[in-house]
Amino acid sequence: MDISLDIFVNAIVAGLLLGGFYAAVTAGISISFGMLDIVNIAHPAFVILGSYTAYSVSVNLGVDPILGSLLVAPLFYFLGKLVYQIYYLSFEKRGQESLRGLAFFFGLLFVTEVTLILIFGVDYRYVEASYIGPSLHIGSIDLPLRMLVPCLVALAVFAAIDIFVSRTFTGRAVMAVSQDQLALKLMAADPIRIKRIAFGISVATAAIAGALLIVIQPVEPSVDREYIGRVFAICVLGGLGSMAGTLIAAVLLGVVESLTSTFYGPSWAPAVSFGFLLLTLAVRPAGLLGR
Amino acid sequence: MTATILEVKDLGKRFGGFVALDGVSLDVARGERLGLIGPNGSGKSTLVNCICGTLRNEKGSVHFDGERMDGLKAHARTHRGLVRSFQLPRPFHSMTLADNIRIPLLYTVHREDAAARAHSSLRDRCHDLLEMVGLANKAKRLPRDLTQVEMRKLELARAVAAEPKLLLADEAMAGLSHSEVDDILELLFRLNERGITIILIEHIMSAVMRFSMRLAVLVSGKKIADGKVDEVVQNPEVVRAYLGE
Amino acid sequence: MNTTAFSIIVVVIAVALMAAAHSVNADYLYFASYTILQFMVLATAWNILGGYCGYVNFGSAAFFALGAYSTVFMYKAFPLPVPFLILIGGVVAGIVGLGMGYLTLRLRGSFFAIATLALAVVLQTLVVNWDFVGGSRGAYIIRPENIDIAGFEINYIEYLFGLMMALGAIALIGARTIERSRLGFGFATIRDDEMAAEACGVPTLRLKLIATTISGALMGMAGAPFPYYIGYLQPSSAFGLEYALNSIAMPMIGGTTSWAGPLVGALLLGTAQQYVTVTMSSALNLLIVGLMLIGFVILAPNGLIGVVRDRLLSWKRP
Repeated sequence: MDISLDIFVNAIVAGLLLGGFYAAVTAGISISFGMLDIVNIAHPAFVILGSYTAYSVSVNLGVDPILGSLLVAPLFYFLGKLVYQIYYLSFEKRGQESLRGLAFFFGLLFVTEVTLILIFGVDYRYVEASYIGPSLHIGSIDLPLRMLVPCLVALAVFAAIDIFVSRTFTGRAVMAVSQDQLALKLMAADPIRIKRIAFGISVATAAIAGALLIVIQPVEPSVDREYIGRVFAICVLGGLGSMAGTLIAAVLLGVVESLTSTFYGPSWAPAVSFGFLLLTLAVRPAGLLGR
Repeated sequence: MTATILEVKDLGKRFGGFVALDGVSLDVARGERLGLIGPNGSGKSTLVNCICGTLRNEKGSVHFDGERMDGLKAHARTHRGLVRSFQLPRPFHSMTLADNIRIPLLYTVHREDAAARAHSSLRDRCHDLLEMVGLANKAKRLPRDLTQVEMRKLELARAVAAEPKLLLADEAMAGLSHSEVDDILELLFRLNERGITIILIEHIMSAVMRFSMRLAVLVSGKKIADGKVDEVVQNPEVVRAYLGE
Repeated sequence: MNTTAFSIIVVVIAVALMAAAHSVNADYLYFASYTILQFMVLATAWNILGGYCGYVNFGSAAFFALGAYSTVFMYKAFPLPVPFLILIGGVVAGIVGLGMGYLTLRLRGSFFAIATLALAVVLQTLVVNWDFVGGSRGAYIIRPENIDIAGFEINYIEYLFGLMMALGAIALIGARTIERSRLGFGFATIRDDEMAAEACGVPTLRLKLIATTISGALMGMAGAPFPYYIGYLQPSSAFGLEYALNSIAMPMIGGTTSWAGPLVGALLLGTAQQYVTVTMSSALNLLIVGLMLIGFVILAPNGLIGVVRDRLLSWKRP
């Protein structure tokens, strides 16, 4: 009785930490899909790209991978702006974003993944840092630092985004553009420029999320596929346009996945998030906190 | 056949916290020409959408031709003769004008008659409908080759193709010249003579006043006036709603 | 050209190709052609929902694998000749397509696309955990050497090739028939403007369900012979995202508004991939497909068919 309670509690704690990390991975989608209505299915590939950049920076420059990702994030920001510009000119302008836009991002997903395979090969890569290995012990609860640190960084990222969206002009413009583009134009802000910035930020979060990922587990290029459905499941479950919803949904998913994994085996875990997604879409497509 | 073809009772619709329609009731008699006016944002389009099934109303009911419409999808309402044209034209941009017209013929008028669908007279009917709005010479063109005005005419022709019992013409005349407005009005008069009930939602007051037997005014989701054209136009509330804007 | 004439031409070409292949009688030719034909069926199936209706399905692998795993199940439970397995695969995949469509087609197109991803993973997880069909270890299907048909001994690989050729012919004829029918018109209105389609009396949900069912069923049929073709079936290969990439890339590159687009795309990309995979690497293969998809989607939205059509039109006008 005691033993299984321990396992149960640890599974929940692990799920909470995992959920925090999932939130970081999903933050970008919350912006691009939740606010800009762009189905950037290539986002997980950008996250893996972030993992490999963190890896390269860590291995070649000896910098901590997470700090390294902060240095690299501006590059990802510009990549995001470039990708959006292409997307806008090719599809959004012509009103073809539903079919062709999706295909575009899907192609981008593969191109990114395969480029990483060609450069780095299919072997697993991992990083080393002082917090990968040791754990905190609070009573019978284990808190591996390699999970705790990413979770805390994820929360920091969310806090930063929240401040940006509520306190800065550009941030509020992003919220506005998701609701009413015409009104934004009348306020003398260029909606396209705002969307470009927002998309850039969403890809920049991928850089950081990628670093968190490689801290938690070794990566190889096709790991992105595990996250494609997860991030959209979380975003939809949380409700489009709500960062708080994303956070809650991510933690919820993390906990359920962790419990499933612990008691039914890890091979059932992928179905959990996708099952959640299908259920949400069937029952309450607006999600928990969605508009 | 009842005298009332459309019965809108206490219709309510909100978008999040915003109340677009606040208990709107409206009765339309068979064969009537009703004008529906109101300032921008008054809920006219929302009302049209709820009547036609594009949007679901939360409160109230819509009865058409004695039948309750709640829960029926838009296409089912079109099948029963409740047809609308869109305020901003929505042509099928990958199809020719003739094919655009053919869709309602295939899916509404002759939806259960395969023999009629295969018959060559279908093509003639498309031609006649395009002729009615003066677009017969552009039958083989694509909508992107049309001017805004021509697209509005196509929109109307497509709605008429569905052989409506009641037609909701949503700002079909915006941007038209005087003579074009006259043409459309004449067309609508002719349709009405054939027995089609018409609700004209318009901003062009001269057209509305010429056309309507009755006038209803919507302001901020509420109906503030409903009656004879001369009386409604002199209603102080109506005047205030328009001049106060 | 009416449907009967077209069907006759397709059948004649199919028979001619089969005869030509028979005269060469190289196993490798059969294997390679089978793959290309299979992709043509997948591409055509995808295009019915994607190109005609405008709803993107990222889960082609799910329906393909449903067909494959139906075969594995029957192989272990109650062996049947492959043509029956094709029908069963089609029915199973079609029913799942209908069910999934019913759950998700009332939502926006982007939600549908995401849901199709979810479906693929859910099904893969179910299969991985189902020991009867081999689970994650995979399943072995013993492919016989030959098969007896009406007294003739036919090489089994040639037999599979012939079945896939037949399926390809059915897919092309079916797609073209749909395209020119009232159903095809209805699909196009959904693609162009779903709200306007409803207002014109088009029962959009019903049509979308029909499209999803036909599309899924056809993909399932393409997947049914796969275990016999490959001999050893693993979930990771049956559910690979590469199937989604190809079934999207081929119609988008060939042209999405016509039955000929997936055919052109499959022939072009399929042959190119056979070459690249053998001479270079399968990773490079995917890179090229991905780049071509992006390139075409940006530069030639109507695909190769569209490019040719535009050229012809500009020559026609003086």
